[in-house]
Amino acid sequence: MSKSRDALIDPLFNNNPIALQVLGICSALAVTTKMDTALVMSVAVVFVLLFSNLFVSLLRHQIPTNIRIIVQLTIIASLVIVVDQVLKAYLFEISKQLSVFVGLIITNCIIMGRAEAYAMQNPPSMSVIDGIGNGLGYAVILAGTALIRELFGSGALLDVQVFALASEGGWYIPNGLMVLSPGAFFIIGFFIWAIRVWKPDQVEQD
Amino acid sequence: MEQYLNLAVKAIFVENMALAFFLGMCSFLAVSKRVSTAIGLGAAVIFVLTVTVPLNNVVYNYALRPGALAWASPDLADIDLSFLGFLTFIGTIAAMTQIVEMTLDRFVPKLYAALGIFLPLIAVNCAILGASLFMMERNYNLAESAVFGFGSGVGWALAIIALAGIRERLRYSNPPEGLRGLGLTFIIVGLMAIGFMAFAGVQL
Repeated sequence: MSKSRDALIDPLFNNNPIALQVLGICSALAVTTKMDTALVMSVAVVFVLLFSNLFVSLLRHQIPTNIRIIVQLTIIASLVIVVDQVLKAYLFEISKQLSVFVGLIITNCIIMGRAEAYAMQNPPSMSVIDGIGNGLGYAVILAGTALIRELFGSGALLDVQVFALASEGGWYIPNGLMVLSPGAFFIIGFFIWAIRVWKPDQVEQD
Repeated sequence: MEQYLNLAVKAIFVENMALAFFLGMCSFLAVSKRVSTAIGLGAAVIFVLTVTVPLNNVVYNYALRPGALAWASPDLADIDLSFLGFLTFIGTIAAMTQIVEMTLDRFVPKLYAALGIFLPLIAVNCAILGASLFMMERNYNLAESAVFGFGSGVGWALAIIALAGIRERLRYSNPPEGLRGLGLTFIIVGLMAIGFMAFAGVQL
């Protein structure tokens, strides 16, 4: 029991896929200008990660090692096609905003990395838990970054205006840097710093 | 001719894959500790991109897009297979990566050993798939997609080599404990991205 709890909780802060394993950063930066895209993206990633870990783990004794990457990619790509079609059908606006980044879930290294590092060696039940845990670890960073970027970049949260903008007679002047790409790099950098101050054993030694 | 040059400049500087679109970040951060490995990976990415983007363009135009199968038989003219795009693109990319891997293993084993796990990971380097998806979204023709693929590769390689150069020097600096390594790298990449924003609007 405690083993499966570790598999679920560990990736949240102790072994976070973005902050420590350096996986899946591309989309983490690109979709975080607003909360709603970040949340949809997180749900999509958790879904794909859960099922890809499950299927890879179920098939792990059948997959020949030298073509395993292609097999894994096929499984992942099929799941992403499902997600993409569902988003286009029910959340068309958001799927337009996410543009190529839904497709890029395929190449999100978290998914490939967990399939390769965990699901290939572990039974299905544990792999599913590992998938959810890592997906949530990803979601935490995504939501945190999006929170800061949307709040300070446009003074809003989930499209609801929180700070009254100066252009509309309020007091808040939006910080343009937050919406641009460099802002995302800075915020993730500071996030990692914060996590490592809190948990000093993650500090890198040269 | 001018149009192609313009496209290349745009792909290398203005819309830099790594710094403007955050593509290929995993290997960008992980393999940028030394200039020599960064050059090797950069070269591999340029090569794979230059080959896969035009290849995927052909596949898309003659097999996947709505009405693309009309050349085979008029009955197939209203078939739309574009939802299979992800799957076929990634298949092409994975096959190409395998070829590059085998070639390097045979002819440049030193580089092969240095790249290690990151060579198979080119297959899941978002810059590669991203370029193919942008090609599909922007409707490039064959020549344009070749130029675009090459340009994006060069831009990515440029960014990773520059970052590796900075990180080699960084070893002599004395940052706060928690910022060491990944955290500081992120902030440097952010500064580089600001630098590259100066190219916005450059046109030939």
